[in-house]
Amino acid sequence: MSSVDVNVEHVARVEGHGNIIVNVKDGKIEELRLEIVESPRFFEAMVVGRRFDEAPHITSRICGICSVGHTLTSIKAVEAAMGIKPSKQTIKLRRLLTYGATMQSHILHEYFLAAPDFLGVGSVVPLAASHPDVVKRALWLKKLANDMCDLIGGRTVHPISAVINGFTRIPTVDELEGLKKKLIGSIPDLEATVELYKTLSIPDFNRETEYLALKSDVEYAFYDGDQIASSDGGLTPVVKYREKVCEKVAPHSTAKHCNSLRESLMVGALARVNINYKQLSPMAKKVAEELGLTVPCFNPYMNNVAQIVEAVHCAEESIDLIEEIISDGLKKEDRNFKVRGGKGIAACEVPRGTLYHEYEIDDKGIITGANLIIPTNQNVKNIEMDMMELVPTIIDRSKEQITLALEMLVRAYDPCISCSTHLLNVELR
Amino acid sequence: MKPKIGVFGFTSCSGCQLQIVNLEDEILDLLGAVDIVYFKMAISEHTDDYSIAFVEGAITRESEIDDLKWIRERANKVVALGACACIGGIPYIKNFIGVDRARKAVYGEDAKYFDSIPTKPIDQVIKVDGYIRGCPINKNEFLRVTKSLLLGIKPPIQNYPVCVECKLNENVCVFDEGMTCLGPVTRAGCNSACPNVGNQCYGCRGLLDDANTTSEKDILAKHGLTVNDVLSKFRMYDGYAEVSK
Repeated sequence: MSSVDVNVEHVARVEGHGNIIVNVKDGKIEELRLEIVESPRFFEAMVVGRRFDEAPHITSRICGICSVGHTLTSIKAVEAAMGIKPSKQTIKLRRLLTYGATMQSHILHEYFLAAPDFLGVGSVVPLAASHPDVVKRALWLKKLANDMCDLIGGRTVHPISAVINGFTRIPTVDELEGLKKKLIGSIPDLEATVELYKTLSIPDFNRETEYLALKSDVEYAFYDGDQIASSDGGLTPVVKYREKVCEKVAPHSTAKHCNSLRESLMVGALARVNINYKQLSPMAKKVAEELGLTVPCFNPYMNNVAQIVEAVHCAEESIDLIEEIISDGLKKEDRNFKVRGGKGIAACEVPRGTLYHEYEIDDKGIITGANLIIPTNQNVKNIEMDMMELVPTIIDRSKEQITLALEMLVRAYDPCISCSTHLLNVELR
Repeated sequence: MKPKIGVFGFTSCSGCQLQIVNLEDEILDLLGAVDIVYFKMAISEHTDDYSIAFVEGAITRESEIDDLKWIRERANKVVALGACACIGGIPYIKNFIGVDRARKAVYGEDAKYFDSIPTKPIDQVIKVDGYIRGCPINKNEFLRVTKSLLLGIKPPIQNYPVCVECKLNENVCVFDEGMTCLGPVTRAGCNSACPNVGNQCYGCRGLLDDANTTSEKDILAKHGLTVNDVLSKFRMYDGYAEVSK
């Protein structure tokens, strides 16, 4: 087939609303777009004129799945603006919360959104009938990660207790011991997840791009990291993020597009593994090896494998971190601070990549400006460029196979469309 | 035959849809009691043959009005899912800025490409049969309401403030902890989720039917909030209530 017309309205099993448009005539791509048709959301305008401490609560509502990431990045940015230095205990609890949120999101994506493609079913519903053990394991692992967020953050969707300069509730030693036990108990299930992914065949498609991820001396960067590292070389301080990640409006997309040194860039689990492989936990490195993920890896479909590697990393690191937190001793802390004006910029590695929040705050604590850069925005252009290179190599296949390959590519990035539209349209018919 | 349900998302964060997926202990039982025939966030297969529609999100675009009406024509029961669908929620903040100003602030000169209308809760566009409130919805409340719908009985409606639940949970009053709180005027049903973990009530379940907002504003002012702070607080979730009075 040298001509094909693919038009997937509202790609399923991704968060939010996106369309794939590909039109090839006589072997030539005439049209190719990933349309983001989610309604504009306007968060950057909605926080202006509000008190600084409302920003984490409001920006959490950018996305239910990434709500922990938005809350923490927003808190970090406000703290940076006001010169607040949170305690070591707070930072460790935030790291733990981030591990829980990352694990929750990756398990949800790998089992419920991505795995049905590899297992040849349309969704988790038939999977529950054909592979009940797989689904029960997935539900158990997801519940564990959600319990972790409930314990540390007060709630998994839109956390409650993570606030500026601390937590409104500190977990007890017993609760943390209980969580640690459950995490240790999850290792056989994580191993079974790895065994499952060993049997799945990941499409072989490679296109090198620029990979970006935060870098930290303390950890494989999730919560920490004040430098942006590029696979093309160089480090950029997070405060100079605008020099590294350039945002542009594309008329067919309510998500702005981003680029850096090349025409497009990639963030997320694969970018992080490519950049910070050395800092992965021992078990995560072993899993990467078993699943054939060697760095650098240029296959975007391998982002699925990178997420499994990271889920294992998060579980293992959480066990160590809980021990550390318990041995440090937990205490209720004074969260008071002085409100002052300033400009604050912060970034975190959230499940889908690097998230930036920037606020300008006046002396009374009122927000006068905000800029947010979302991981999916950074990836949209890269997905289009992947599709551009992939389509000619699969053009001989049936239209259904081409469509599935493209949908799987989009899903591999685990796009979060609510987040990426700065600010919804439903194609129902 | 099992009842068929559809789950739809308009302008929102998808967090309430995620709360359904987060029913890890109950989801297999739920799938035993109903057929989910439309749930794009989680399931590829879909049909438009559903009797109960759960609708998340506020309406912020012309095209969403037509899509919502289309859902209403097909469903016997429509249930609003979460603060955005029930009361406009966080997306309603935009209305106090003005659509054009918000659009220009975010998309600059390219604002013309991005269609947006003043935010509406879904019952301003279609008839709604039930409300599951909160930001996000409470998973157990979703189950209670779904069970009630399947049994054909009316789900319980809480017309008392969050303070009632907060007292039952023996929490120290948020005001006594040096914070301010919308609990006294906010509809209960969340089991005082936020004060339970040391935070304040932000009012995400919407105002009580007979909320004494004047007295609440006085209390907030006594606790040091400026007029602007008080307005902002009410306009985080309850902006629509203010203009629809």
